[in-house]
Amino acid sequence: MSDAILKVRNIETYYGPIMAIRGISLDVRDGQIATVLGANGAGKTTILKTISGIMDPQKGIVEFDGQEIQKRDPDWVMRQGISHVPEGREVFPFLTVQDNLMMGAYTRKDRDAIAKDVELVHSYFPILKERAEQPAGQLSGGEQQMLSISRALMARPKLMLLDEPSLGLSPRLVKEIFTIIKRLNVEQGMTMLLVEQNANIALHTADFGYVLEVGRIVMEDTTDNLLQKEDIREFYLGIQDHGVRGKRRWKKRKTWR
Amino acid sequence: MSIGCIYALVALGFVLIYKATEVVNFAQGELMMLGAFLAYTFISILGWNYWAGAAAAIFCMFFVGNFVDRIFLRPVLGQPQFSIVMVTIGFGYMARSAAGMVPGWGTETYAISTPFSSEGMSLVPESVGSLVISQTDLSVIIATIILCAVLYAFFTHTRLGVAMQASSQNQLAAYYMGIPVKAVFSMIWGISAAVAAAAGILLAPTTLIDTSMGFIGLKAFPAAVLGGFGSIPGAVVGGLIIGIIETLAGFYLPPGFKNVAAYVVLLVVLVVRPQGLFGQKTGKRV
Repeated sequence: MSDAILKVRNIETYYGPIMAIRGISLDVRDGQIATVLGANGAGKTTILKTISGIMDPQKGIVEFDGQEIQKRDPDWVMRQGISHVPEGREVFPFLTVQDNLMMGAYTRKDRDAIAKDVELVHSYFPILKERAEQPAGQLSGGEQQMLSISRALMARPKLMLLDEPSLGLSPRLVKEIFTIIKRLNVEQGMTMLLVEQNANIALHTADFGYVLEVGRIVMEDTTDNLLQKEDIREFYLGIQDHGVRGKRRWKKRKTWR
Repeated sequence: MSIGCIYALVALGFVLIYKATEVVNFAQGELMMLGAFLAYTFISILGWNYWAGAAAAIFCMFFVGNFVDRIFLRPVLGQPQFSIVMVTIGFGYMARSAAGMVPGWGTETYAISTPFSSEGMSLVPESVGSLVISQTDLSVIIATIILCAVLYAFFTHTRLGVAMQASSQNQLAAYYMGIPVKAVFSMIWGISAAVAAAAGILLAPTTLIDTSMGFIGLKAFPAAVLGGFGSIPGAVVGGLIIGIIETLAGFYLPPGFKNVAAYVVLLVVLVVRPQGLFGQKTGKRV
């Protein structure tokens, strides 16, 4: 695809001697939400860390906006226009909500535009306006997640990397957050790479999906198609088809292995 | 009281570095020594004005601190805590012997001529009571207050200051925000060294300058622990308390107690309230 803003080609990343991702390629197209699904330890977070420069790949290329960005310092990568919403929120606990947002805009100098973006963020997450003067450590988990997303937005990125925004939130909050994520995508044209365990909500939010298993991509398709696939339905969505004989086959295998 | 201010400033340097980079810098006292020697060079050897010399020394130490971080600490980044601590101790020894070798510095004891006299002046009118303080001590106290105010304003009201707080609270997230964390760390080392230099210059009239004046850093350690390692107001209060306790111990207790008083306090604090007076407990929500 020529209009991909982020191209990952064949990256291999290690934790010491352990190979966490084994040659992964993926594309994120401008204006789309791409999602990577996978179980614990599949390597989802590692992919994002490799893209944002926290980890360096042993092999392979990460190309963003026509420029190779692998093996660079994370603050440099960020200045190229990639914001990372880390797993587990990682807000600055003793700074106020307002200061947290300002840190998101650390790389920008245009005060007026920053002030406008604070307004914008407040319009998406009104709760943050109410809590503006509180230390972020006192917010609830859901509010911290909203803050974390807003903080990433404040940098006006070209691409947002979202690492499990649903982690530890109630189903209702998950729904709320994903609705806003979708709105940001549609209204602001924000391109996103979303990593999730919650396959159901991720597939309904994103446009294109990759399925990751133990460091390899085993399936990629549009989310509409993925939702129809038997294996996805069975193993990721937990929908069971009742066979013609009225009971489940006792030996069901994933077809991609 | 004034010696307490010195402890407070050195402890402040400890805490700044510890808070941001999680490195316990055992060379803090040596940074202070270097700062004092630089001031001595500018003022007594080159014959500059006291204020210009002091400012130049503080300024130079800012860069020295910066370089120490870049040259000695960045290569060991990510190594176990123990190695990093050893690096700072090693740097302390190096600085001490290097200072002894510099021509004009040597191992002798020197004094800086200051505009402050050591004569006492009364703070309140004679009719109210007698409260006498020497100008030197007063200068130390005032300088400490000013330095603390400046640092406080810097950390809460400037973009860079807030970014420093952010990097100390969550290094990884600071990286994600595009804050150049490594450069920020070097800046913090610089500030900390500058604060140490200020402490050294202020201390100079009281204890004179020699290569082993850095050992006062070891007394600032109990101060930092007392205040809760990692708390900036704690460091200041801790320094003051240690200073006062020491003076009182020297006055009321048999000789010898003055020097151990600080460490007795350290032990008591560690047993009774390990998080210190102002320790922050952080809980993380998941």
